[in-house]
Amino acid sequence: MQIYLPIAEVSVNAFLLLGLGGIVGVLSGMFGVGGGFLMTPLLFFIGIPPAVAVATEANQIVASSFSGVLAHLKRKTVDLRMGCVLLVGGLIGAAFGVQLFNALKAIGQVDLLVKLSYVLFLGIIGSLMFVESVRALMKTRGGAAVTTRRKHTWVHNLPFKMKFRTSGLYISVIPPILVGILVGILAAIMGVGGGFIMVPAMIYLLGMPTKVVVGTSLFQIIFVTAFTTLLHATTNFTVDMGLAVLLLVGGVIGAQVGARIGVKLKAEQLRVLLALMVLVVCGKLGLELLIQPAELYEIGKAGGH
Amino acid sequence: MLRLIALLALAFAFALPARAEKVVAGLSQNRVSITATFVGSEILIFGAVKRDTPPPEDIPLQVIVVVEGPAHPVTVRKKDKRFGIWINTDRIELAAAPSFYAVATSAPLTETVSILDDLRHLISVERAIRISDNPFTNEDPRHFTRALIRIREKSGLYKLMENTVNLQEETLFDTRIALPANVTEGEYRTRIYLTRGGSVASQYETVINVQKVGLERWIFNLAHEQPLIYGLLSLVIAIAAGWGASALFRIILRT
Repeated sequence: MQIYLPIAEVSVNAFLLLGLGGIVGVLSGMFGVGGGFLMTPLLFFIGIPPAVAVATEANQIVASSFSGVLAHLKRKTVDLRMGCVLLVGGLIGAAFGVQLFNALKAIGQVDLLVKLSYVLFLGIIGSLMFVESVRALMKTRGGAAVTTRRKHTWVHNLPFKMKFRTSGLYISVIPPILVGILVGILAAIMGVGGGFIMVPAMIYLLGMPTKVVVGTSLFQIIFVTAFTTLLHATTNFTVDMGLAVLLLVGGVIGAQVGARIGVKLKAEQLRVLLALMVLVVCGKLGLELLIQPAELYEIGKAGGH
Repeated sequence: MLRLIALLALAFAFALPARAEKVVAGLSQNRVSITATFVGSEILIFGAVKRDTPPPEDIPLQVIVVVEGPAHPVTVRKKDKRFGIWINTDRIELAAAPSFYAVATSAPLTETVSILDDLRHLISVERAIRISDNPFTNEDPRHFTRALIRIREKSGLYKLMENTVNLQEETLFDTRIALPANVTEGEYRTRIYLTRGGSVASQYETVINVQKVGLERWIFNLAHEQPLIYGLLSLVIAIAAGWGASALFRIILRT
């Protein structure tokens, strides 16, 4: 069934959109990532204009994360206090990111920035996670108990300490705010929720327990992507309600399924899977930059100088 | 003597081609509505040639139909290999390029219209693209316009359809022009030319209105006129759907 999207001004198959939403929704629920880093390139691929894809994806992430957060709140795996601290940073970062995005759009290098950011961040995080989680898997297989010893790093020596009871942490608010700012910038530039950055940062930098990480990152993502959606809707008019509704109907159901699969799998297995997926996307985008494109020219909207 | 008359007749036919023949035409529809289920539209363009004198027999009549969407300024960028990766290096700003451009002819285009009349009447797509006076580049702007045409031809927005106008007895003609689903809104200028020996003998012009209607219209207007309300509404719908589906899923699992 073909459907015409009013803002994107293209006609696409409604079931294709529902399916894409569903698949990305499952991953979103399983890993606690918004799924934007997969969905945004997929939308480019089916012919949605990039500006519309990025803005609409932010809107869709709000919905898929919302149902995910509800599932996590039920299981009490959300650290609300940590979520709010991350959110403060996220809003600052998103506002700055939109400014940077517009400045680069004016000189025609936004695509490059987006792709390079993807390759860089996905590459580093994917490889780190893969190595670490495979090591952890081997340890549990070998029968040795996984050490949960907390390392005392520079993170614990900063001022403005705060108690995060749900996570069982007593740390400074500076690292979470910095993580939030970074995620906010990436959300605005790459059209993603930023879970793929935040989840590892929470585990490795802040030392939060894996069970709480997914719910808390979804909590922060909701508000940052909602803010990004509003910024895009009011400045670029690129949020497509029709597209968002179709993606989220599939996505919301997928997220519910994913959250249940996530509970059944071991944390280490989850991390290996996520790491592999991150590396695949990174590799594909990297190849696009390295291999000579079939069409050297591209058409953009005028107005940039 | 006979030869002289024949020569005079021929000269006459060449001198006054415009007055001898006139094109009258119609469209199957001059309004295209974009609805939620819009998948493109096909427009039938038909017409007849009205003439006071018998047609000259040695030079065949040809018909050209041009449908042109609203023009917008565009930027065309070119990639080059720098530091091992392909990045945008050069660009050109085109003052105006039509969003849609279809040319249908009754014979190969080069046989239908001369270069001079193509320039005069802006028939082929190359003529419809306007380059700015100051294109900010050292490269040949023609590479960029050719790339623009190539890319838009691939997505079905520009097309040259030779030999697709049916012409019967040099009098009746018809053709079909398909508007793809990715057309933009606006007035589509439609021109019909009669040519003889490459020069335009008569022309006719009309407009096809392409417009969003119903829900599509409402969403588009709200997004542009009340962007904050639209943005908030998008979020409310998203969150409501998220909550609703989550609740529904729980009920389904319980039963």
